[in-house]
Amino acid sequence: MTESPPGPWSGYQEGLARGELRFQRCGECGRAVFYPRLLCPFCGSADPAWETAAGGGTVYATTTMRPRDEAPYHVCLVDLDEGFRMMSRVDGVAPDAVRIGDRLRLLIVEEDGRPVPTFVPAERS
Amino acid sequence: MSSLRGRVAVVGVAESDLGEVAPGLTEQDLIGQAATRALADAGIAREEVDGLFCSSSTQPAPTLNAAEYLGIRPRYSDGSNIGGSSAVSHLLYAAGAIESGLIDVALIVYGSIQRSAARKLITPAAISAWEEPFRPRWPLTMYALAASRHMHQFGTTREQLAAVAVAARAWAQLNPVAFERGPLSVADVLAARPVCDPLGVRDCCLVTDGGGALVLTSAERAREAPKPAAHLLGCGVAHWHRDISQMPDLTVTAATESGARAFAMAGLTPADVDVVELYDAFTINPILFLEDLGFCAKGEGGEFVSAGRIAPGGELPVNTNGGGLSYCHPGMYGIFTVIEAVRQLRGEAGDRQQDDVEVALAHANGAVLSSQATALLGTEATLS
Ligand SMILES: [Zn+2]
Repeated sequence: MTESPPGPWSGYQEGLARGELRFQRCGECGRAVFYPRLLCPFCGSADPAWETAAGGGTVYATTTMRPRDEAPYHVCLVDLDEGFRMMSRVDGVAPDAVRIGDRLRLLIVEEDGRPVPTFVPAERS
Repeated sequence: MSSLRGRVAVVGVAESDLGEVAPGLTEQDLIGQAATRALADAGIAREEVDGLFCSSSTQPAPTLNAAEYLGIRPRYSDGSNIGGSSAVSHLLYAAGAIESGLIDVALIVYGSIQRSAARKLITPAAISAWEEPFRPRWPLTMYALAASRHMHQFGTTREQLAAVAVAARAWAQLNPVAFERGPLSVADVLAARPVCDPLGVRDCCLVTDGGGALVLTSAERAREAPKPAAHLLGCGVAHWHRDISQMPDLTVTAATESGARAFAMAGLTPADVDVVELYDAFTINPILFLEDLGFCAKGEGGEFVSAGRIAPGGELPVNTNGGGLSYCHPGMYGIFTVIEAVRQLRGEAGDRQQDDVEVALAHANGAVLSSQATALLGTEATLS
């Protein structure tokens, strides 16, 4: 039996635990790959390699959740400067004050005993 | 390209009880009601069904449940699930099976008691590990994100989104079995409880019970059916992503592909379509689909749905049954787009019947703008 290295999920979590937001870049086509996986979904190449995001991003889509039984909270999609997109939220500002196009900075926070990649407005850095 | 155009037809359609059904009725009971009624509508005996198609939000192998309940022993069984568009995708697969001679009669069924059971949308779709830490509410948050992007990119307004709900309500007022038939204005929609910006509660589909069934057979046999055949002129299926964060552009859906495939097979264009039945889970959906199916240019959907254009008496009748927003929405609504399309083609739609319907489009969406399935159905005259 051949031993495979730990799966991409493990590498991603290990990065977060060290304060890094990891993604992959395809060695063949050069495109950023997120979520991490064992092949490039764009060209099929089998060697996407780990990189770490610098932490700058831009709001691509935004919403304020308004549940009946708790305070409103934010959910958004963020385009990272390296060329990939992820779901996250923006803290440090009212949820409905976040605008598409706003510049953001990564802030990994501890939540329910695990690291979570959130964002804050870039000008507050 | 070999084509299924005009090779098979829908000969039977039916709904089960809808809305909030009697206590004790199960998902299987609603499938049983709808299947019995659709087979009677088709004039085909239950024993003749040899292909069974069923999607479900609760059963992992739904054709096993449905076949057992109905007492059908299918030779061809398809429980494939791509979300709320599944039943429309089943039209394509059933057509292929009939055309290739694997089966003679296909029965497509769906049922849900999500209103009686839980009073909320039942979705087996667990939120992925990549999105779960941010507590999106499936599928609401994902459609709100798409709406936010469409508004940003094209200047679409909340009033334009509201126009979709208002048109749906006006149609529902013409449909005796619609769930919500009270008056509804743009101001009402804007003033409704906000749930997930920019969507308020009237921008969101109903949560009802309900089931539906479709019976398909060859075009030759369909000509002997008691009611006019609704010929399958074209059908297309496409999906590109599962999670909303994997959708390349939140303003462009795979309906661009499913629609193009259906129109190419049919040899038709949007200008040939007389009535349009779209899965309107949220008010942004018809705007996206009217654009992606080619009824208007990308970005112009907001203006297109305004000023009563898709309402009764407007230029393009859209969701003539009242849609998922006002008629019924038992979780996976796709099958109801086909039922209404067939009724409009047959001239059976009562007060909401449109004149001279020769071509009807049924389009359904699944998951979070993830899967898209488009069908074009036509009268016998469209084949000559
Ligand atoms: Zn690649």
